[in-house]
Amino acid sequence: MWTRLKRLYHKMGSPKWFYEITTRWSKWFMAVGSILMLTGVVWGLAFAPADYLQGNSFRIIYIHVPASLLSQSAYIMMAVAGLVGLVWNMKMSFVVGKVIAPIGASLAILSLLTGAIWGKPTWGTWWVWDARLTSMLILLFLYFGVIAIYNAIENDEMANKAAAVLAIVGSINIPVIKYSVEWWNTLHQPATITLTKKPTMAPEMFIPLMLTILGFYCWFAVWVFARTRNEILFKERKTNWVKKLLQSGHKKTTGAQL
Amino acid sequence: MFFDDLSSFLAMGGHAEYVWLSYGLAAVIVAINFISPVLTRKKIIKDIERQLRREQK
Amino acid sequence: MLMALLKRDLLLAFRNRGDLLNPLMFFMIVASLFPLAVSPDPELLGVIAAGVIWVGALLATLLSLDLMFKSDYEDGSLEQMLLMPQPAMLMVLVKVLVHWLVAGLPLAFIAPLLGLMLGLPNGGFMPLILSLLLATPILSLLGAIGAGLTVGLRKGGMLMPLLILPLYIPVLIFASGSVQAGVQGSDYLGHMAFLGAYLALTLVVAPVAAAAALRISLAR
Repeated sequence: MWTRLKRLYHKMGSPKWFYEITTRWSKWFMAVGSILMLTGVVWGLAFAPADYLQGNSFRIIYIHVPASLLSQSAYIMMAVAGLVGLVWNMKMSFVVGKVIAPIGASLAILSLLTGAIWGKPTWGTWWVWDARLTSMLILLFLYFGVIAIYNAIENDEMANKAAAVLAIVGSINIPVIKYSVEWWNTLHQPATITLTKKPTMAPEMFIPLMLTILGFYCWFAVWVFARTRNEILFKERKTNWVKKLLQSGHKKTTGAQL
Repeated sequence: MFFDDLSSFLAMGGHAEYVWLSYGLAAVIVAINFISPVLTRKKIIKDIERQLRREQK
Repeated sequence: MLMALLKRDLLLAFRNRGDLLNPLMFFMIVASLFPLAVSPDPELLGVIAAGVIWVGALLATLLSLDLMFKSDYEDGSLEQMLLMPQPAMLMVLVKVLVHWLVAGLPLAFIAPLLGLMLGLPNGGFMPLILSLLLATPILSLLGAIGAGLTVGLRKGGMLMPLLILPLYIPVLIFASGSVQAGVQGSDYLGHMAFLGAYLALTLVVAPVAAAAALRISLAR
């Protein structure tokens, strides 16, 4: 059993193996994700009944909730990748952490924008400093910090380690930040209307939400794999396996696969 | 189908701007996340191939 | 020669995307600190929004002034630029232009978003954008003087804001004053006129002063 794990550990550290396996998996995640998203969006937009209080604007939930969940868990994934890279000195782990940052940040932005847009018909203003939105804003700032530090340090190894430390510190602080923001919120506002309904949602409204959440996660995997493969290609550009890969007609892979 | 016809679907009971703006933004961000790595990949491959041709001379 | 310098600086600035984004992100974070520190009550926020955004813009500009001369100082090209046949003040103007395009102008574009978040009343948005467009060049010009005086100083970091902030105060007063006027529905043309006049004055004085400051710094 240990030899199996050891072999897996060595494989995971190998860029070539990573490249090949993510190329294969991408196809599946893309297909499954697209089906889930298509079904979920169509169901949520056209078939689910309107909300009793909020009317049709509640349909934004099918974008807002997946984006929020994903940007939060992506940050944790980024921190874990950094931790694995630091502890086990696995370069591929650093790469995965690095590529997650911009994706997670874009999803946090999407969550904030859809949250604000949803807030307008619900609360009457474009922006409200409620606990959830404020925490998401701070999460975006945390992402900014990680991205900034990658941009600032030229040496790859140093950048990886510095960003990993920052991401880990950030993820440890997230519960503290959330708690403080919620406490701050109780001082200033009465119990706010929550944007998401608790699962007392009717199944016709709840199931498409599950579909879009899962669909987004699948697409997230595709995006991470695509960017990781780019990093690998660049880092390993002088090796033989990359040279052979390019000569053997990479052109057919750029179209169909991401 | 919750809506009676296409025009009421597009109107979203008066909330059209909010719903369609949100889904539009989502489409943009999703598109960027799909397209950006493809463009980068093409650039990287072009650079590597140029480097290879230079070495072969 | 000056065109070449302009092109080179613009190219360098855009290559280093971190440098472009940092002042923007700082601006956003600083503006967000105020609701957290004071109160998210929209009415209160609406009153202080103009001031908060303007103070944030000032601080973000201060932070970004490093960009102007530091890297050229460190690799020796700043000295070469002072030896050019063209008057040094024109070289300074080029640097100021690049800094404004890269660090000042984006603030003007992000400010409306911050206005939304801080509950700025509707009348305030137009004067906010206008005042930022008119006044950020002033900030870059005055900043060049401070940057020129402190380039090469190891402890320059804290010193430069102390030097320039007093010069910024008139800008702050009239710029945020124009936004308050707009919020209350009164006319803000007078405020803009002041800013325009201050810009004209600074355009003439600052490059000369900054060039002199650079010569002093490099002679050290």
